[in-house]
Amino acid sequence: MKLSENWLRTLINPPLSTRELADMLTMGGVEVELIEPAAAAFDKVVVGEVLKVERHPDADRLTVCQVSTGGEPLTIVCGAPNVTPGTKVPTALAGARLPGAAIKVASVRGVESHGMLCSAKDLGLAETAEGLLVLHGDARVGSDVRQVLELDDQLLTLKPTPNRGDCLSLVGVAREVAAVTGAALALPRIEPVPATIADRLAFELVAPDACPRYCGRIVRGVNPSAPTPERITRRLARSGIRPISVLVDITNYVMLELGQPLHAFDAGSLEGGIRVRYAAPGERLTLLNGETPALDQRFLVIADERKAVALAGVMGGLDTAVGDATRDVFLESAFFAPEVIAGKPRLLGFGSESAHRFERGVDFAGTAAALERATRLVLEICGGTAGPVAEARAALPAREPVRLRLARAESLLGIRIEPARAAEILRRLRFEFREGDGGFQVTPPSYRFDIAIEEDLVEEIARIHGYDKIPAAMPAAPAEMLPAPETRRDAASIRRLLAARDYQEIVSYSFVDSEWERDLAGNAAPIALANPIVSQMSVMRSSLAGGLIHCLAYNVSRKQTRVRLFEIGRCFLQGQGAEYAQPVRVGGIAYGGALHEQWGSAGRNVDFHDVKGDVEALLAPLAAQFEPHPHPALHPGKCARLLCDNMPVGWIGELHPRWQRKYDLPFAPVLFELESDFVSGRRVPAYTEISKIQPIRRDLAVILDANVSYQGAIDVLRRNKPAIVSEIGLFDVYRGVSVGKGKKSLAFSVLFQDTRKTLTDAEVEAAVARLMQVLEQEFGAKLR
Amino acid sequence: MEDLDAIVQEALSAFAGIDDPDKLEQAKARYLGKSGALTGLLKGLAKLPAGERPAFGARVNDAKERLEIALREQRERIQGAKLEARLEEEALDVTLPGRGLGIGGVHPVTRTMERIETLFRSMGFAVADGPEIETDYYNFTALNQPENHPARSMHDTFYLADGKHLLRTHTSPIQIRYLEQHRPPIKIVAPGRVYRHDYDATHSPMFHQIEGLWVDERITFADLKGVLIAFLRLFFERDDVKVRFRPSFFPFTEPSAEIDMSFGEGWLEMGGAGMVHPNVLKNVAIDSERYQGFAFGLGPDRLTMLRYGVNDLRLFFENDLRFLKQFN
Repeated sequence: MKLSENWLRTLINPPLSTRELADMLTMGGVEVELIEPAAAAFDKVVVGEVLKVERHPDADRLTVCQVSTGGEPLTIVCGAPNVTPGTKVPTALAGARLPGAAIKVASVRGVESHGMLCSAKDLGLAETAEGLLVLHGDARVGSDVRQVLELDDQLLTLKPTPNRGDCLSLVGVAREVAAVTGAALALPRIEPVPATIADRLAFELVAPDACPRYCGRIVRGVNPSAPTPERITRRLARSGIRPISVLVDITNYVMLELGQPLHAFDAGSLEGGIRVRYAAPGERLTLLNGETPALDQRFLVIADERKAVALAGVMGGLDTAVGDATRDVFLESAFFAPEVIAGKPRLLGFGSESAHRFERGVDFAGTAAALERATRLVLEICGGTAGPVAEARAALPAREPVRLRLARAESLLGIRIEPARAAEILRRLRFEFREGDGGFQVTPPSYRFDIAIEEDLVEEIARIHGYDKIPAAMPAAPAEMLPAPETRRDAASIRRLLAARDYQEIVSYSFVDSEWERDLAGNAAPIALANPIVSQMSVMRSSLAGGLIHCLAYNVSRKQTRVRLFEIGRCFLQGQGAEYAQPVRVGGIAYGGALHEQWGSAGRNVDFHDVKGDVEALLAPLAAQFEPHPHPALHPGKCARLLCDNMPVGWIGELHPRWQRKYDLPFAPVLFELESDFVSGRRVPAYTEISKIQPIRRDLAVILDANVSYQGAIDVLRRNKPAIVSEIGLFDVYRGVSVGKGKKSLAFSVLFQDTRKTLTDAEVEAAVARLMQVLEQEFGAKLR
Repeated sequence: MEDLDAIVQEALSAFAGIDDPDKLEQAKARYLGKSGALTGLLKGLAKLPAGERPAFGARVNDAKERLEIALREQRERIQGAKLEARLEEEALDVTLPGRGLGIGGVHPVTRTMERIETLFRSMGFAVADGPEIETDYYNFTALNQPENHPARSMHDTFYLADGKHLLRTHTSPIQIRYLEQHRPPIKIVAPGRVYRHDYDATHSPMFHQIEGLWVDERITFADLKGVLIAFLRLFFERDDVKVRFRPSFFPFTEPSAEIDMSFGEGWLEMGGAGMVHPNVLKNVAIDSERYQGFAFGLGPDRLTMLRYGVNDLRLFFENDLRFLKQFN
């Protein structure tokens, strides 16, 4: 909400600079977001009366004017089309500094000009101007234009929190200034306007909970085309409200001043009395902004005897709007319950100044006063005769006394507030209270909708006392140690491990393109957002793959030739029943050289087994089973899933050539994705005795059918190995002519060890023979 | 006698001139060998008068010892020179770059969140976590924000198409989930991703928050100030960080405060905080007359920007390696 400082100071004028005042408001909880001057700086611009206008002898478009600024008339050359004798215009004298120019006596095509007649644009008051800014006829010749137009003003942009609807008006802000500064407050005096005619409308509150107070009155014979006084248009404009027409301007002005939204109906368009009721399903009403929303029972409307004429608290209807032909107006001032208006702007897709206030709570004790205020302005400006204030009333919100214990305040704040200080603060806030019993019984005023419990009062006390007066303390609490389970490791250590293996962490969006989900996760029915920002971020990811590939492509397109990325984050899956599964996953991608380009190492691209090595290192000492398993993102012959106790815990593989082409990658990256739960698992080490006897090594190279997997072979060996075999490792895989077509050779290193005695050659040879025999029986293996 | 001195002199200079180990051994034989010059002198001992024999014998032995020492030294010299030559030959260009895998790194915002966790852990805060797809109840209602509450418009919420869920707009739902499962004293921080329907130069639809919660019997607003000021000073490792608490409004705290920070010029909004609202405690069946405490929410993205001088929030989510590598 934007407000003129000068206007504010008509109600309360503390001896503080604009900055100081703004800081006090901010530190009291009503943030002043911006202070800006109402007009750019300029000087030596006075009210000049144009006395005479003659054609310039040497220029068609220019005129030579005689302008009175109090003394001898000045000769001023002017180019504006609207320069007219008898009008008063801003006149920049020689020596004036304007926002865009310095004015001096100068010859304009041979005529000496002693100043400049100014448009609004020249003075920096508008972006564009058609001609001179014509001042009010009452403006005193020679007086400073800055004073005449009240330009020495600051505009304060306030950002009251949603609980402080009471600060959405001049009076509300003035009350807040009084609370935070203690300065004297002069609220506007509102005298009732007596009725001079008896005309009135009948009201029926069909939904008294939603609208417990409705006031209105008829004013007949108004001039709807009377000019709005400058004072009002200026204040409206300085609050960012565009002047429209006098009756609308008056209602807006009173809303700004008192915080009570009003509406002016064309009384001639209303038929019969007013009914405040909920809309019927499907009921339609064309509003002032041209929208015709489909209404339903959630919307409260103002209706006459035939139809809805306004969307209560939000906007008036077009059919009953005041216009040039309006002679009689019906002024409405009502209290609509906040919860009835709340949320409606969101449903409608548009809001209004009125709804903004009603949602947050409007002073239900000020309904009639605002109507009186508006009536007086209408009569003063537009003429007419007023009928009586009619009112319908039901149960208004209660303001129950709230207990405030100073001991409770101290316990919450950590600072003692003396009773006298607390009482002073409550008085400044204009709260009614009774003191006693170590505290107060406080009744909040009708305009405060945010004081329901003791803590609300504690906050009031604290913020007016000053948060900065509360000391910073360190809590004294019993020292306790945090558990540090050794069977889990945290994400930080997983990140460090991946970083140590040359992976760079990324953070990618959790919402992705549905195409990624379909292509890379085989997910045709992803969890969709109802209101995505863009369609490329419309579904929740069920895999980290999309983000990793996208980010890889992003960097490849920026000339990166070797990229290794990882991400740890949640994925989102349709779960059992209504809930979603949201597991944290660890995903990685490696692309380009196995090593970064370097001397002394032959370059080659990273492959499946390089990345498998990274995954194994990440999991170690846990070991997962890798088994061939198709994955929609991956090359069918170069992918595996990881199993742990037969439960899938992840996958790894090379990107399918189809996606490599689609995502425009020169080489195929290798990706993996693991369940973080599994990766985080640790076991507590348990010592087993180390043998004092040296192990013996034998190598065993065998020829097998090419389709026998290493895993198949090693599983068989491990299952059948003699007890003295302590370890079997693989040190070579070979395919080539020397082993025959369709064959391959695996070379195992076998360690033999007995914990108690040194093995004999015969024992070792027998064990080797046993291993060979097992492979022969199972796979028809031959010794190489 | 002159013979002895002459022989010693001759041998010493002969040894000193040899740089080949084999030749040195040959020279040794010439003087100390069975038929060597010194051995010859010793053999002549018998011819001397008995009275002179011991003195002469001693002199010859001295000379022998001197030559042995000289030999040993010369051997070492030769070996040393040889080793030196080999070492010189083997010398590398140690300025060539190292080989092997490079080193990756963590994302700058993660780095910040880890630092925040570390600082709060040192004060005994545990780390909690929660889901990112949330229900209206946990994100709003349980946090004292009933439907249509105007405060909800502070959060532009992403809703799921199922009509029942939303993406959490803040990390505060973790408060509720944790409080449902634990009883005071409660002392947690909860970092994570949050989502708001806002996308421009200074807003990302996804960003990070870290929630803090301390509920016990006597935790005060003054404590909140103390803890957060200490945190900000330690996080930025600067004692001149100015912090101010400005009254504000959050439905789930009362009193509430906005935390502003300054390095000397202008105030920067760092997050929100306040004393846990009694309705929140009521919603999780904790007696608000007995227990009280503070909650806060900080923006790790903002903290990262200030700490490292990053001027554009969007860089964090573009994941350009040229950006990310700067934090390794």
